[in-house]
Amino acid sequence: MFAAAALALLVALVLALVRAVAGPTVFDRALAANAIGTLAMMMLAVFGFLTGRPEFLDLAILYGLLNIVGTIAVLKFFRYGDLGDPGEPEAKR
Amino acid sequence: MSALLDVLSWALLIAGGAFCVIGALGLVRLRRFYARTHAASVIDSAGAGLILAGLLLQAGWTLVAVKLLVIGLLIFFASPTATHALANAALARGLKLEAHEEAPSKR
Repeated sequence: MFAAAALALLVALVLALVRAVAGPTVFDRALAANAIGTLAMMMLAVFGFLTGRPEFLDLAILYGLLNIVGTIAVLKFFRYGDLGDPGEPEAKR
Repeated sequence: MSALLDVLSWALLIAGGAFCVIGALGLVRLRRFYARTHAASVIDSAGAGLILAGLLLQAGWTLVAVKLLVIGLLIFFASPTATHALANAALARGLKLEAHEEAPSKR
């Protein structure tokens, strides 16, 4: 049963990769990268159960933490054009 | 009891995998960026949640279950935040919000 879930996750990963390659805007690519990160976390967790080594879950946790930081960093860069920007006040938006 | 848990976790895993494929399909097929964010949210909430629940039933009361819960909590909080930041950044950079798309005959 883990193999079936892993197969479904692989299909979903390929589809998300298609969007990441084809996405017309950078936000499409960031969205696809975020989805790929989530799917990779699930893949790691399922793979750990599939091979009987649940230690893979630690890798999944680490991947998730890196994923959220990476997504926010990329978005901040493309919104403000600078990673060190403190951000605009709300009223100026 | 154990067989019941097995069947239940099997169903949860299959449903989670199906939702992941559905979300990824939507990510490819939907036309507008803001529509695609919804499809990505299906992966994050339904797909990941169901798969984690299925694995949780397999793990039982062990440290593995705690790690699965941590992963679930991480996804639960981080992924809507990321999606919100994404849509917000896209809006701030001037990606158009259009109610009507060009003629559907294009596809």
